[in-house]
Amino acid sequence: MFEIQNIINALMDVVQGLGFILPKVGVGGGIEAKESVDIAPLVKFTLIFVGSIATIFGLGLAFAAKRFSVKMDPRIEHVKDVLANAHCGACGYAGCQQYAEAVVANPDVPPNLCTPGGARTAEAVAKITGKAAVAAEPVFSRIMCQGDWKKSVKRFKYEGIEDCRAAVLAGGGDKACIYGCLGYGTCAKVCPFDAITMSEDHLPVVDVGKCTGCRKCEKACPKKVIEVLPAGKAVLVSCHSKDKGGQTRKNCQVGCIGCGKCVKVCPFDAPSVENNLSRIDISKCRVCGLCVPNCPTNAIQDYIPTRPKAFVTDKCIGCQKCTKVCPVDAASGEKKKKHTINQDKCIGCGICTAACPVQAIDGTFNAQEVFAAAAAKKAAREAAKKEAAAA
Amino acid sequence: MEHGFGKLFELFIAASLINNFVFTRFLGLCIFFGVSRKMETAVGMSITFTAVMVISAALSWLIYNYAMIPLDLTFLKIIVFIGVVAAFVQAADTIMRKISPGLYYKLGVYLALIATNCIIIAVPLINAGEGYNFIESMAFGLGSGAGFALALIIMASIREKLELAQVPRPFRGLPIAFVTAALIALAFTGFSGLITL
Repeated sequence: MFEIQNIINALMDVVQGLGFILPKVGVGGGIEAKESVDIAPLVKFTLIFVGSIATIFGLGLAFAAKRFSVKMDPRIEHVKDVLANAHCGACGYAGCQQYAEAVVANPDVPPNLCTPGGARTAEAVAKITGKAAVAAEPVFSRIMCQGDWKKSVKRFKYEGIEDCRAAVLAGGGDKACIYGCLGYGTCAKVCPFDAITMSEDHLPVVDVGKCTGCRKCEKACPKKVIEVLPAGKAVLVSCHSKDKGGQTRKNCQVGCIGCGKCVKVCPFDAPSVENNLSRIDISKCRVCGLCVPNCPTNAIQDYIPTRPKAFVTDKCIGCQKCTKVCPVDAASGEKKKKHTINQDKCIGCGICTAACPVQAIDGTFNAQEVFAAAAAKKAAREAAKKEAAAA
Repeated sequence: MEHGFGKLFELFIAASLINNFVFTRFLGLCIFFGVSRKMETAVGMSITFTAVMVISAALSWLIYNYAMIPLDLTFLKIIVFIGVVAAFVQAADTIMRKISPGLYYKLGVYLALIATNCIIIAVPLINAGEGYNFIESMAFGLGSGAGFALALIIMASIREKLELAQVPRPFRGLPIAFVTAALIALAFTGFSGLITL
């Protein structure tokens, strides 16, 4: 203690010794109109004052940090790191931080809610939180309207702000069909992933490679013409018009007129017509695409780009099942002989692939899926058999 | 007392409208342009900002009048006030996180931004320079906070509309925001002469 006093005194002496070069008048704005300043006590007080203030604040903050420390589960940070950090709210929480907290703290919150992150994120979150990883099927935005500005009729000329939310204020929009897409690109503007672009004829196009199913566009669309649906459900009636058939026809070339042809043709009873609008029940739809060519107004959209045709492999046992289920009579053959499928008639619906008891029909879009399911089933059966034998 | 209240009211009006920090003194523009893009963040920022402003004005007044004037160290006010505000903001951040996490997520994110704002340092400095008393300092802080809140909310509501407008390409984003701010500043000059002291 005494030594410190000595050092300070020595320092003061030096400062005082230098005093003759230092100005003898006021030091800046604070000390007004003083003729001279005692430099030594000034420096002393400055050091003491600043030092003590710094100490008080330092101790105070250290105390606060200790006293009010929040025990953060380190897993929350880890989870937050692997999330998409788009703060899109697709998980149903306010932001990524909130979801990370919920998924760590609450065992009932599934780890796969981060749709922008996809399967990889779900897996990583499950690993951190120790939950079972069940990758959610990806969902995409589907524009439920095909009536672009060329194919549809307008009631009046809208010359306002280029935004659907503004256009809809002008008597519900300029389109004759009050259910359809206005085409001013609000969805493209709000998409945080640049997945939506506007076509030349003012219809939004969803890039499924970029779409994460965050539902931002669904919320922003004033016409509610965007639906976020599972990726696998690729055959949809892309129309929301509840007008009577004749009216829809007048308004738009590609609207659903509620004729019911799809209902008749569907082997699985998926579509049903209600309020002059056909709607495909996605829990029943097997994505065969049979309704697509049968729709007189092309209102049904098939999101599977190409449907390769079916062919019969040598596994065929000639059971004639495929000939019975084929909706277009492309399969034919005698009993116990290898069947054939007429390539001109086949539409690649995949119904026979699913129906074949020995997985002898290949080539359709669902073939790999069906084969994998059959193989899994077989493995399960064998495992059960082994268990029974062991018992 | 009557006279005292009148003075406080004058101070409040002067700080919020006539000498609005953003529009007439052009301070705190960084935050002003940063968080005025959305109404929600603007409101959150305004509330946090006003609260921090009043409390830091009071704290700095206490330190200035009870420590710095007696010690003749008033020339240190800039550096000391910066320290006071920074320490207070940090403490508020820590304590708020513990006591009310809900509020922390709503408003706490703005605290770090506030620590380095120039309005928050300007208010204690003006208080010290003008020799306001304790209550007056707090009224001035409140007025400045309210003025900043007003500026942010006006700007946010305009910018939300601007999002939809067809702005010429070179002006999109920050340039049109600056033009808007300049026009509002022009309008705010209308308040000058509202109170004649």
